[in-house]
Amino acid sequence: MAEKKSLLNEITKGIVKENPTLVMLLGMCPTLAVTTQAKNGIGMGLATTFVLLGSNIVISALRKVIPDKVRIPAFIVIIASFVTFIGFILEGFVPDLYDSLGIYLTLITVNCIIFGRAEMFASKNGIAASACDAIGMGLGFTLALFLMGSAREIIGAGQWMGMNIPIIHNNPMLLFIMPAGGFFTLGVIIAAVNKISNKRPPQELGCHGCPNASACAQAGKGECEL
Amino acid sequence: MNKLIVSPSPHDENYMKTSGIMLNVIIALIPALCVGCYIFGWRAVTLTGVCVSSCIIFEYLSRRIMNRSNTITDLSAVVTGVLWAMNLPVTLPYWMAVIGCFVAIVIVKQLFGGLGQNFANPAITARIVLMVSFPSAMTHWIQPVSYEYDAVSSATPLAMGEGGAMPSYFDLLLGNVGGCLGETCALALLAGGLYLAARRIISLAAPSAFIGSLAALMAIAGEDPLYHILAGGVFLGAFFMATDYATTPITFKGKIAFGLGCGIITFVIRYFGSYPEGVSFSILLMNILTPYIEQTTRTKVFGAKEAEKNEG
Repeated sequence: MAEKKSLLNEITKGIVKENPTLVMLLGMCPTLAVTTQAKNGIGMGLATTFVLLGSNIVISALRKVIPDKVRIPAFIVIIASFVTFIGFILEGFVPDLYDSLGIYLTLITVNCIIFGRAEMFASKNGIAASACDAIGMGLGFTLALFLMGSAREIIGAGQWMGMNIPIIHNNPMLLFIMPAGGFFTLGVIIAAVNKISNKRPPQELGCHGCPNASACAQAGKGECEL
Repeated sequence: MNKLIVSPSPHDENYMKTSGIMLNVIIALIPALCVGCYIFGWRAVTLTGVCVSSCIIFEYLSRRIMNRSNTITDLSAVVTGVLWAMNLPVTLPYWMAVIGCFVAIVIVKQLFGGLGQNFANPAITARIVLMVSFPSAMTHWIQPVSYEYDAVSSATPLAMGEGGAMPSYFDLLLGNVGGCLGETCALALLAGGLYLAARRIISLAAPSAFIGSLAALMAIAGEDPLYHILAGGVFLGAFFMATDYATTPITFKGKIAFGLGCGIITFVIRYFGSYPEGVSFSILLMNILTPYIEQTTRTKVFGAKEAEKNEG
């Protein structure tokens, strides 16, 4: 019973409490670059979720085989295999999405969410827990990208998922589909999440303000593990 | 009765308050604003009214929501509102002007901590946000003194290009040209700037470096320097925005560097870029550089040089 509860916890923590984008601020590059449309946000999020799930499972399964000193190259090989795989699938079945994601699809390989979870979680935990962690983190990432994409598409283009929004569509605020608008939207969403979760900014930067503290062996000792 | 007050200097407390400075800036803006209202008609008056009142309302609401003291009485919101209105084409829809007020007051000023903490000039930032958001509405100019708001858009002096019917220097001085509400009349802006300098509210270092470097570069590039400093927003930007206390350097050398930087960037955008006007971008970019300029031009305290030498 306790086992089951903790697995559920691994899934839910990624969605709000340790949301990779909005709380840990990882994976900023795809977050800002591809979220000009809600559709792109979902596509990017699901592609990343797939890669994360695959790489977390494989890395977790191989965690006792991979020598510590060459773990980063080993992780890259595993992650890159899954990225190549999903790249071919998207190119074959949804070429529109493949075109609009462009270079950012292959850049999933170096997405710090995937690396972060491999380093922080999958290389230390069992397969089931790692898979749940990947699903939670992936859904959190997808949700954040969907929110960003929706806000930017509605205000910046007057559209949402292909539908025209009346009034705004005549005079969309173009700034929001530009990079500056991406930063602005991200800032507002992070502020809203902090307000909802009632989080105060840390008085000084330290382990108590670090969202990775629970997974960090050096927590409270002052020196970061990474 | 006769209390002895022990306090650090300054002991003369008869200095000018923020509201006094802001009131003087408003007085200095009035000539240009009046000319703008004459050239562009009643809609200029209502647009300015909308801008000023929504700036005041946003300032009040944001301070209220953030549980800070009420600062409407320092008049800085009024100045921002007037400056913002003077940066607009007179045909701009009112709701767009209100969005600009929101950007200027809430995002640029209050979210960074209020007056004195803002990293960039609120009115300039609002102008750039609207420029990139609504490019067609922000470049819809009308013929001066025609009062035909639905007419086909006319060009500003800078966008007219070479040849054609270029306005004379006299028209540029008096403001008888198309453009933003408050930027057309160079004479009124100059009068306002000189009034502020005479009241010792602004120093002429940054404006003269700005205008001088722009004219010199234009002359080197083979353009008409006088035409380029009279047309467009150079006077408005140089006297009223490149002299803002919070967002420009306070040292003399820093002010000169700030003005030179503005002039160079304006020249580069006007001469090489695709935008006809570059004053607002140049001031925003130099606003961002201001902390670095201040750091490098900081004056040393008396004796610090020798102390450094002795430490060797």
